[in-house]
Amino acid sequence: MRFVFKTDYNQDIRLLKHSGYWWSYGALLAVLIAFPYLVGSYLQSQIVFVFIYAIVGVALIILTGFTGQASLGHAAFLAIGAYTAGFLQSQGISFIVYFPAAAIITGAVGAMVGFPALRLSGIYLVIATIAFAFIVEEILARWESVTHGNEGMRVRTIDLLGQPIPRDGDAFYFLCLLVLAGSILLALNLLRSPTGRAFIAIRDSETAAKSMGIDLAGYKVKSFAISAALTGMAGVLFAHKMSFISPEMFTLLLSIEFIMVIIIGGAFGVHGAVLGAIFIVMVDPFLTALKDDVPVLGASLATTLGMAPDAAGKLRETMSAIGSAAGLKGAIYGLIIMMFILFEPYGLYGRWLKVKLFFQLFPLYKKATFKRQKTYVKSERNR
Amino acid sequence: MLDFIQQLVSGIALGCVYGLIALGFVLIYKATEVVNFAQGDLMMLGGFFVFTFIGLVGLDYWLGFLFAVCAMAVFGMATERILIRPILGYPQFSIVMATIGLGYFLRSIAGMIWGTDDLKIETPFSTGVLKLGDLVIAHDKLSVIVATVILCAVLYAFFNYTRMGTAMRATSENMLAAYYMGIPVKRVVSLIWAISAAVAATAGVLLAPITFIHSNVGLALGLKAFPAAVLGGFGSIPGAVIGGLIIGVIETLAGFYLPQGWKDVAPYVVLLIVLLVRPHGLFGPSMRKKV
Repeated sequence: MRFVFKTDYNQDIRLLKHSGYWWSYGALLAVLIAFPYLVGSYLQSQIVFVFIYAIVGVALIILTGFTGQASLGHAAFLAIGAYTAGFLQSQGISFIVYFPAAAIITGAVGAMVGFPALRLSGIYLVIATIAFAFIVEEILARWESVTHGNEGMRVRTIDLLGQPIPRDGDAFYFLCLLVLAGSILLALNLLRSPTGRAFIAIRDSETAAKSMGIDLAGYKVKSFAISAALTGMAGVLFAHKMSFISPEMFTLLLSIEFIMVIIIGGAFGVHGAVLGAIFIVMVDPFLTALKDDVPVLGASLATTLGMAPDAAGKLRETMSAIGSAAGLKGAIYGLIIMMFILFEPYGLYGRWLKVKLFFQLFPLYKKATFKRQKTYVKSERNR
Repeated sequence: MLDFIQQLVSGIALGCVYGLIALGFVLIYKATEVVNFAQGDLMMLGGFFVFTFIGLVGLDYWLGFLFAVCAMAVFGMATERILIRPILGYPQFSIVMATIGLGYFLRSIAGMIWGTDDLKIETPFSTGVLKLGDLVIAHDKLSVIVATVILCAVLYAFFNYTRMGTAMRATSENMLAAYYMGIPVKRVVSLIWAISAAVAATAGVLLAPITFIHSNVGLALGLKAFPAAVLGGFGSIPGAVIGGLIIGVIETLAGFYLPQGWKDVAPYVVLLIVLLVRPHGLFGPSMRKKV
């Protein structure tokens, strides 16, 4: 275990704490750059979705994880970004212009949502963001001159200064990687600035933050705007990746999926967004792969354990019937959410930290280090 | 004018449906400050239970009704024991997410067990209308209105005039202090989940002839009932019903008088406006922490 002897404040807030960080993140970057040349096109496109989800995850971690403002309306921000891109592109505006424009417009909408959110907290805020998302979804379906309504809208290939970036090419992969890296750096830098510290103070106690002279309203609106703008950028990439957008793609279920990203990954650190995004996007291909293998595996296991071949065959059929049942994905999603909240509230990143600490302190690790405090007296009504 | 009154009445009937589901939200919130997003799905499950008892087993309607409500009460207790009790006391949002997960799970399991077709049962209220002059009210809608009024009155009396109700209010105020005062907090919480699931089941059974029984009906209605509860101010029983009525009436009138598309959005627009003016809903207590 390395002990960093800190002598000044700049050292304390440094992004890369010691030389080991250079090695590990350098290696990660090298792997990510080499990826398109190593894996097939299907996996590459899944990784692009991981990047897009991770950008939204970072946005949600800024808002929910650090400012403590819950939102179940992020699918709407994604939709606004996506539709801005689609509309401006169809007007002949170049990517260089509409990419930041989408971020700015979504950020402005986010700030507008932030204002009513100032007085709301807890469950009232959740329902307000849900209501906002419903209204946006309905506007997208009705404003046909811009959005083409429920028929949906085609989004053409990105044209970056005359250079086309096809949606399943390597260039698109690198574009998404660049945006993700940029938003992670933005989040990290934000968190070591006074603004980020104000966000965390607001999350921990609004009353205490207010009495320290923090402008609650301003910072909450800022947090909403930054989070929305990042999500809007992800929306542009999403629109180009899908190449077709329609209102029913941006429902409450997508917002819930985004929240799942940070719950599964762990909402207290930016790492969580990436880990959660990997998990959420990869669950689908993983399930499809399992659907064929598990029944065969289960049947052969049953035969080795001394089950009659007939019964084993029947078992295999039952298992594949369950595996191909229509609602299986929903059930598994539900189970995953419940299991994570019950058994690993810190998410995947929390699990990683625990394992790391276990080896660092080898014989002396104590479980209670990560024990969360339960509060039975805190009343949401008396905040 | 008759059109308007007719729409108003069907809006009130719809509002009572929302109010019934919202009652379940409010009960759990009142006692434990937990927001149960799976309330609509509990209602859906109640509908499937009654379908099993009446449609498949062949019981009498009222007996099936009773069995379904009892079965759901047990189910609610089990949910509380397995899912909610271990995480009680953690931040509210994680509990909300856990119940969203529960909703996902129940929906797809119900879809797997009972299939994805619309099911329906024969009830004494399925046919027949009540005529008041020119006004026509179907019996199934009337049954929902009457049940809402009765349930609301019973629950209001229960909370305000019985020992157990007082214990529940104390628990919601401060669990720790209630525990020190000798209130069996765990049993109280368990009981409130049973009551809430039973209310949801009642809603599910009464809705069976109106909306049919389908695994997604809970999500759709739950998402409308939730704004109703918020509009009334979470934690107020009359508020839940009034919120439900407002949402139901607005939705029906908007569907009748405004262009297409407004029907689904209008309740949310009204909700946002109300929350802007009164952040704790219409009847919610607006307390601020004093430092």
